[in-house]
Amino acid sequence: MLDTSKEATLLDIRSVCRSFPKGSGEELLVLEKVDLTIRSGEIVGLLGRSGSGKSTLLRIIAGLIAPSSGDAKCRGETIAGPPNGVSMVFQSFALFPWLTVLQNVELGLEALGVESAERRKRALAAIDLIGLDGFESAYPKELSGGMRQRVGFARALVVHPDLLLMDEPFSALDVLTAETLRTDLIDLWIEGRLPIKSVLMVTHNIEEAVLMCDRILVFSSNPGRVAAEIKVDLPHPRNRLDPTFRQLVDSIYARMTQRPEPKTPAIEGIHGTGVGMILNHVSSNVLSGLIETLAAPPYNGHADLPVLAGHLQLEADEIFHLGESLQLLRFAQLSEGDLMLTDAGKRFATMETDARKRLFAEHMTNYVPVIGLIKRVLDERPSHTAPEARFRNELEDYMSEGAADETLKTIISWGRYAELFAYDEQSETFSLENPH
Amino acid sequence: MTLDDILTPRLGQALRPNVWDLVALILYGGEQTTLPLSALDSTPVSLDPANLPLYALRTTMRMLLAIVCSIVFTFVYAALAAKSRRAEMVLIPLLDILQSVPILGFLTFTVVFFLNLFPGQVFGAELACVFAIFTSQAWNMTFSLYQSIRNVPKDLEEASQSFHLSGWQRFWRLDVPFAMPGLIWNTMMSMSGGWFFVVASEAITVGNTTVTLPGIGSYVALGIEKQNLPAIGYAILTMLLVIIAYDQLMFRPVVAWADKFRFEQTASATAPTSWMLDLFRRTRALRALTLPFAALNKAISNLHLAIPGSLKVPVRSGPPSRVVDALWLAVIAVATCYAGWRAYQFMSATLSLSDVVAAIGDGFITLARVVVLIALASMIWVPIGVWIGLRPKLAERVQPLAQFLAAFPANLAFPVFVVIIVRYGLNANIWLSPLMILGTQWYILFNVIAGASAFPSDLREAAGSFHLRGWRWWIKAILPGIFPYYITGAITASGGSWNASIVAEVASWGDTHLTAKGLGAYIANATEAGDFPRVVLGIAVMCILVTLFNRLLWRPLYAFGERRLRLG
Repeated sequence: MLDTSKEATLLDIRSVCRSFPKGSGEELLVLEKVDLTIRSGEIVGLLGRSGSGKSTLLRIIAGLIAPSSGDAKCRGETIAGPPNGVSMVFQSFALFPWLTVLQNVELGLEALGVESAERRKRALAAIDLIGLDGFESAYPKELSGGMRQRVGFARALVVHPDLLLMDEPFSALDVLTAETLRTDLIDLWIEGRLPIKSVLMVTHNIEEAVLMCDRILVFSSNPGRVAAEIKVDLPHPRNRLDPTFRQLVDSIYARMTQRPEPKTPAIEGIHGTGVGMILNHVSSNVLSGLIETLAAPPYNGHADLPVLAGHLQLEADEIFHLGESLQLLRFAQLSEGDLMLTDAGKRFATMETDARKRLFAEHMTNYVPVIGLIKRVLDERPSHTAPEARFRNELEDYMSEGAADETLKTIISWGRYAELFAYDEQSETFSLENPH
Repeated sequence: MTLDDILTPRLGQALRPNVWDLVALILYGGEQTTLPLSALDSTPVSLDPANLPLYALRTTMRMLLAIVCSIVFTFVYAALAAKSRRAEMVLIPLLDILQSVPILGFLTFTVVFFLNLFPGQVFGAELACVFAIFTSQAWNMTFSLYQSIRNVPKDLEEASQSFHLSGWQRFWRLDVPFAMPGLIWNTMMSMSGGWFFVVASEAITVGNTTVTLPGIGSYVALGIEKQNLPAIGYAILTMLLVIIAYDQLMFRPVVAWADKFRFEQTASATAPTSWMLDLFRRTRALRALTLPFAALNKAISNLHLAIPGSLKVPVRSGPPSRVVDALWLAVIAVATCYAGWRAYQFMSATLSLSDVVAAIGDGFITLARVVVLIALASMIWVPIGVWIGLRPKLAERVQPLAQFLAAFPANLAFPVFVVIIVRYGLNANIWLSPLMILGTQWYILFNVIAGASAFPSDLREAAGSFHLRGWRWWIKAILPGIFPYYITGAITASGGSWNASIVAEVASWGDTHLTAKGLGAYIANATEAGDFPRVVLGIAVMCILVTLFNRLLWRPLYAFGERRLRLG
């Protein structure tokens, strides 16, 4: 941590942990011993994969959930309930659809009991600042996504918070709108026109973090921890094409694709281990398409992730999911921000549909422990059927219900594609028979 | 905004008499209720059609009073159930039971209760009537509000927390607006359903007590007694006018107004419209009338009610204590057993097992009627509804008519059918049955129309281009497409039919009494004889049958439709 600056400390988080109950009733740790200090005058980014607990941390700071252990202080006071002087911008905007733009913006002041003339004055000033003039009496549903998020910003700024929290504020917007809003916000920030002292933003977009933040905390997953702290010294406005900028982005990509530490369950091809692996749902079609793209020029089996993400117009988070799925199935290898096809992956690219299915089935059974388990159970049982609940219970020993859902969804869709087993949605059973 | 601002005559002078007229009418209607019960005998209901407007006013007043009670009840009950987990454990199952109790069976007890509460006053009888309507309206409204509050989007919840809205503010600024469209729709449906019960409960006989409250229902009852068919016609005509007025002046404006609360981020293609609402929005004088309500709403929602520290939901919420839960469950179980034991004692004092068998037997006869009638109504209205629904222009015109017919109290028309049965000497067991579904079949029609209208045009085109015709088209395309809608309509129709059986299985015209064997007749006869144990038995059997019927048939069908056949 920096100790040179003597500016006021707004936020002080000391070894905060947070766990949630798992499906099996035990606790699942999502945040482990996180430290974070925010001083006046900086924009700090929390960067990480989905499920790395960064949104949980933001909600702890916002006073919406409490830490399981550790100490969270805002302006010297322990956070219990939403602290004064902190306001939040939501990914989904969270505007009240039955209130007009002006009423939405006034809401926070109303709750504080600000007198009505003053309220109106401040709300109009915030609307004016954020470029919403003329939309005061519109309802949110009449606005485009970008305009709605501007309302979200105006609503957060109008209470003149010391600390502005932003939960992936641009990720629900299209590329162009998001970029405009980012630059508008940064312009206001460097001109000193925002009535705030500091910003804490959560994002999974690496370029966005490098573009906006003075300091980036990179989170690792399972459980969420601060893996690295990166200082961004580039002057504003930053240029995405600037070589230093690109270098920084590349290095963060590399850091985030580092081989997982032994924390995650072993995924060696031995049956019975690593059943607790969370599988993110990725369609087999997308995987095939990605393998074909990787095999073809200009990549010829080897791609730089940021380049690939740009080409396919995918968020960093999505490209990581895809890359990891391929890596899990041994069709590709992730390292240092690069994605390389394995021999099996190269063969897959040249195959016909039926051969692909066979290869996919083989890799699935061998390398995804839980699928191997399902196959084995189905083979062993005389009826060749097994209820979904049997595997769900096993998964929930390791993960939350939501993650178990996602994992089962993935297993079912991959299994169906590879014709490894059938699944009946109504009776929720796996079977070896395919309908004739 | 101060009180002076509202009261100083911003309203145009010409408009004033109208407002005060309304107040005078309400006062007059209210004053009548405080008269002693004997006044009802000295000024008996008369068949003079000139009295009908006043009777209609009295009937409408009862409706409005009941809906106000229902709304208050809904807010308190649903808020409690949604905000307190332990209250929820009692309140929601209780609501589920109340929902399946035949309301007209209730009447027996409530009339006695309220008459004893205000001995010798019209007020007691009025309250009994209002309470009967209330019981027909409140439950689905409460369910709707409860479910909406439980489903408030997480991000809005977090936003209101992080902007420091108090619990009270949150309730009025977030929970209630979010629940508004569903609540309004259910309220309006309840109002529509309520006409049936107001008519049925204005003239009641329980044992030796006969209460006749001036109103359209008692007018019809007298018409039946006096065998006066033209009077029945006048009553039907009056009711039609009242419901048209209700539809145009209340239902449509309120539904159109509530459109702004619909929780969706994109503007809808067709918003409901109402000339009345437009009038209010565009006329300054009328708009001024609404200002006090807006100010009141704002004042209520901004009240800074300090919540005692102990009630505040702690942020650091560990898992709820299982010991307390277990204790709480034990208390509930004991209370339930005790209530069951008391009911059993009450009945077993005079009733034997053969009575139970008889009631169950009658129950199955009524069950058979309901099943056959729903099947018949479906065979008639599903094809017609589909035909109409697939023609948007026509559907637009027929849909309000079907809703209107569903609101019309079918029991007003019963005498017309009874006259025919009496005149041609038809078998009451068969021919009284259709009366049960007379008023409720329209739910099937308008839901099927809604389903067919919502059937995606690309699916229609696909069916056409694959030459799907005849039976195949019905079974593969349209019937699955409208299934969820049809089930919603059929559930409503079946519930309504059970209720209607109590007034439909027994009918009279002058001195001629017709009875169709069934549980409805069983309850109606026991009520008239003041035989409380049998009434309790009849109601209990009906409750159980309705609940079983819902659980074993409708719920699975509904779940199936929602899971597999919901489009989009």
